[in-house]
Amino acid sequence: MTTLQDVFAKAKAENRAALIGYLPAGFPSKEGAVKAAAAIVEAGCDVIEIGLPYSDPLMDGPTIQDAVHVALSQGTRIADVMRTVEGVAATGAATLVMTYWNPIDRYGADRFARDLASAGGTGTITPDLTPEEAEPWRVASAEAGIDTVFLVAPSSTPDRIKAVVDCCTGFVYAASLMGITGARDSVNAAAEGLVARTRAHTDLPVCVGLGIGNGRQAAEVAAYADGVIVGSAFIRLLLDAPDEASGLAAVRKLAAELAEGVRQR
Amino acid sequence: MAHDGTILTAADLAGNGTYGNDPDLRGKFGIFGGRYVPEALIPALDEVAQTYEKAKNDASFIREFDHLLRTYAGRPTTLTDVPRFSEEAGGARVILKREDLTHTGAHKINNVLGQALLTKRLGKKRVIAETGAGQHGVATATAAALMGLECVIYMGAVDCERQALNVARMKLLGATVVPVHNGSKTLKDAINEAFRDWVTNVDSTHYLFGTVAGPHPFPEIVRDFARIIGVEARRQMLELTGQLPTAVCAAVGGGSNAIGIFHAFIGDRDVQIHGYEAAGRGLESGEHALTLTAGSVGVLHGSRTYVLQDDEGQTIESHSISAGLDYPGVGPEHAWLKDSGRATYHGVTDDEAMAAFSLLARTEGIIPAIESSHALAGALKLGQELGPEATILVNLSGRGDKDMGTAMKYFGL
Repeated sequence: MTTLQDVFAKAKAENRAALIGYLPAGFPSKEGAVKAAAAIVEAGCDVIEIGLPYSDPLMDGPTIQDAVHVALSQGTRIADVMRTVEGVAATGAATLVMTYWNPIDRYGADRFARDLASAGGTGTITPDLTPEEAEPWRVASAEAGIDTVFLVAPSSTPDRIKAVVDCCTGFVYAASLMGITGARDSVNAAAEGLVARTRAHTDLPVCVGLGIGNGRQAAEVAAYADGVIVGSAFIRLLLDAPDEASGLAAVRKLAAELAEGVRQR
Repeated sequence: MAHDGTILTAADLAGNGTYGNDPDLRGKFGIFGGRYVPEALIPALDEVAQTYEKAKNDASFIREFDHLLRTYAGRPTTLTDVPRFSEEAGGARVILKREDLTHTGAHKINNVLGQALLTKRLGKKRVIAETGAGQHGVATATAAALMGLECVIYMGAVDCERQALNVARMKLLGATVVPVHNGSKTLKDAINEAFRDWVTNVDSTHYLFGTVAGPHPFPEIVRDFARIIGVEARRQMLELTGQLPTAVCAAVGGGSNAIGIFHAFIGDRDVQIHGYEAAGRGLESGEHALTLTAGSVGVLHGSRTYVLQDDEGQTIESHSISAGLDYPGVGPEHAWLKDSGRATYHGVTDDEAMAAFSLLARTEGIIPAIESSHALAGALKLGQELGPEATILVNLSGRGDKDMGTAMKYFGL
């Protein structure tokens, strides 16, 4: 199993940022999600975040909402998420699950952490779990040997950044902007400052997500961050593709462009 | 205690921990409440909490709020004895707290006036809100118009249709109404969309949350601004009957009107507290909003509470004939009152609520909101149990004008 530590050590040795892609399980279909992830990995993506489709994704913009709607209406369950993780981890990418807290809470934190580790998952990103409420999940994850990634935001005060990074293992997720997921025309200028403020409190890699969708933006972010996270731009291509084959070709092409971007720091 | 013609004191506003029922520093009522939100919103929630903490201890804030409650909202609202209605309640004496007589026609005005004042103290010029029945949207649009704030209301597309009249009212008051087409197209989805707006525009915008749910400090703030209902009713009951009621009843969706009337009675251990949720087409039908009665503990909209969810934590869509109760979550303080045994929660079906709606209209000349009709139906049942010696205080949380479309369809009028 490739760990996040392996990924960031390799990227550092190659003097580049890591490329992290996000796709929800069950989208465009249960098998299609693994195929799409494999295509992205082949084209140079280092880490895959598998989204756990949730009924009330209040941090997500219309693109991910649409994909999640497809996944849920096709009956995607947590067992499918774990199978997707297994399939994606087999490609050699470090594989995380990104999920709102309630599905883990309901499934049982210990059980979720154990099942994710068994599936070859290397950790989770939990966007609505704050340090105050994170204790049960940190304990369960440590027990299962998986990483816990939490988010900092442009609005985070130094105290909050410290509290968040103290809960993180693997890397810290810096949200580039105040807002929801979705590709934007330009990367928010606040991102660079946030990364610098975060580095003041941690030696962990700091990766930037939200609003990044092309090679130029990836290169821009790679200049100051350890990793570049892209989600909605991949999903948009899959949503707009007339059939599976052209969807896979499109995400492969974008991943290659982004992989080149993270090497142009 | 009222003095100088005012109705509100600092102790009335916040309860000041009198009943040992305030959340802890993390916003927890026992295991319920807290904050499960994107980190980006934490500073804004902290700012709201700190601003409120200062405001509630500031005499000038209390004076301003009191002034608006009296001269704008039309407080205090009266109690009304309903003897003809009571005949159907086993002869128990049913007394209504008339929140339907407030400006805009529902209890929601209390919370929005408080939060609009708070918005000014936060230095923000724009408010957003979610709405189910449209009452909170109308109330927010009203307060925004009064105080010159920009106002955007998120409302499920299904609710926009059910409550077209309220959509028109909000527009007339200068608000922008955004129909939400995601998910179940009702209140829960409107809340998701409002949170998305807030996280994007948090520098300029206050999220004027409409119920006692959501992340800390909303459950506490909304409760405190709604507390006046129970504070007044408790005094008025003593004046009118010389004693406290046997029981207090209210409808529970998110739970703000209910906590508003319950809270002043929590310390009165002999007073029974009963909340009535929407049982929709019945528990077995699966089409209901029985969050406390049939839900399980989870996290929804930033708070740990009872939730209608499946075995993997996906929210189950609720159903009720009344848009205001059509919500698969509930305020964390209600979850805590339920688990501690201080309050009891029951279900009332669409049909039972509509029967009570019609009964109050015909026997007393009062057309209640369908939301409030759930509490009335509950009082009818409770009266049968408690017998003729009992007095039952019911929060008539709103008036039924907005529900005439539903009533015409239901009764074939």
